[in-house]
Amino acid sequence: MIKSDVQLDAKGLACPMPIVRTKKAMNDVLEGQVLEIQATDKGSVADLAAWSKTVGHQYIGTHEESGVFYHYIRKCDHEANEQQDKTYDKTISIEDAIKGEGFILDVREAAEFAFGHIPGAHSIPMGELQNRLKELDQDKTIYVICRTGMRSDLAAQQLAEAGFRDIYNVLPGMSGYTGDLEKSLG
Amino acid sequence: MLRKWTAADVARKVIENKELFILDVRNADAFEEWKIEGHHFQYLNIPYFELLDGVEEILPQIPTNMDVLVVCAKEGSSIMVAEMLSEAGREVGYLEGGMKAWSMHIEPIKVGELAGGGELYQFVRLGKGCLSYMAISEGEAAIIDAVRFTDVFTTFAEEKGVAIKHVLDTHLHADHISGGRHIASQTGASYYLPPKDAEEVVFDYTPLTDGLTIQLGASRIEVGALYSPGHTIGSTSFVIDEQYLLTGDILFIDSIGRPDLAGLAEDWVADLRETLYSRYRKLADGLIVLPAHFMILDELNNDGTVAKRLGDLFEENHGLNVEDEDVFRSMVTDNLPPQPNAYQEIRQVNMGKITPSHEEQTEMEIGPNRCAVR
Repeated sequence: MIKSDVQLDAKGLACPMPIVRTKKAMNDVLEGQVLEIQATDKGSVADLAAWSKTVGHQYIGTHEESGVFYHYIRKCDHEANEQQDKTYDKTISIEDAIKGEGFILDVREAAEFAFGHIPGAHSIPMGELQNRLKELDQDKTIYVICRTGMRSDLAAQQLAEAGFRDIYNVLPGMSGYTGDLEKSLG
Repeated sequence: MLRKWTAADVARKVIENKELFILDVRNADAFEEWKIEGHHFQYLNIPYFELLDGVEEILPQIPTNMDVLVVCAKEGSSIMVAEMLSEAGREVGYLEGGMKAWSMHIEPIKVGELAGGGELYQFVRLGKGCLSYMAISEGEAAIIDAVRFTDVFTTFAEEKGVAIKHVLDTHLHADHISGGRHIASQTGASYYLPPKDAEEVVFDYTPLTDGLTIQLGASRIEVGALYSPGHTIGSTSFVIDEQYLLTGDILFIDSIGRPDLAGLAEDWVADLRETLYSRYRKLADGLIVLPAHFMILDELNNDGTVAKRLGDLFEENHGLNVEDEDVFRSMVTDNLPPQPNAYQEIRQVNMGKITPSHEEQTEMEIGPNRCAVR
């Protein structure tokens, strides 16, 4: 079971209904949150991915289990957030982070992590970070990664403020990663 | 009022070379890969999910002086878009059953008369480019390269009042699922396959060997088998009534068979060359070539059939006119087009190794056939 913020049951519905319902459901999803769509229509796989691209949401992936497609889409407001300036100044490249001694902390949403992460990376979604600080070792080197470097920039600031000493923001993020991916589906 | 078009209505437009404006609302990849082809068709591809908020923006691109047909994968999205256009005051239709129905539609067309009052029909599957055949004589029928919609053939035979006695496949198909075995078991007919293609099949069949002759009715229409390897190792052609040459996937109207779908392009190039440049050369120029596929609409004659004199093909078909063997080898082994959708699984189905549901079979056959090299 992959964690998501809002779930939509579109099982048994034929095209175009899965997308019509998805579009409507997206109205109630907050910026950055993940919508899970359950559908049985095979056409929904290619169409949801294409629709997400058209409207600018992040299509995370589709996972099939006993005839049901579980689609994950993260709501994005036309990438507005991605344009903001990053302010945390200790950064590191993905290659160096992987070679390094530190611990890779992936702050993307659980569904994004599930569909592919750097082998060995640890997942704490950005929204849960404040409440889960005790899972992390204050004295260890931590490389914080997300998709594009924005959320990890905020996470790195939060960790530094909370007293963590050796924190790096990994740039450009998973969107620039071409190495092996580890998945944790179903 | 929305007009509901059947696949047969669209087929008439294609065969009669009529105009039609198709608004295809599938996603761009699906449209790019495969669409309804017509000589005088115009197209606009806008995915239905880009029209959820309305069709105002595309109205200027929709003509008012010709038939407009909205098409999608199954039909639901095309109805939605057609209704929106209709509300905007446009007269449009949608395709019942969508591209799925188009892929399944088959048009039987008479190719000609056989000796003693017999007839030969070509079954044109426009959406997929598959061609099947039925020869009829004195109450008996032989079917060659039947596609999986077996009702079309059994119903047609019933209408004609003939009994299906022989069902033959020129080779083990890789691009579509054969209906041959099913028709044979339904009607008690014999099912013939070339033994060299049938080494892995898990059912009984009658071996189709070089020189085998099948007599149809009392009128002695001979269906003669001619071993012609190259597309597959077992590929066999038929000469019917000394008039028609059924070439299977070895020779098409505007292209030749590809040798790689059973995984052995390099090995079979020489066979393909031998068949096309030597065995076929020895046949009479006046034979009418009837292939198992067409790739482009230009291969259709005015009456919708796909047929041409062998002598004409020797002059016009590029694949029969490559003098240099090395050039020929590289043509049929390098830069081959992408392989047909799910061709490995389709071969498994035709061997009887797997038995997918109708829905799964439809999925496997989605897309163009791609059996040829040009």
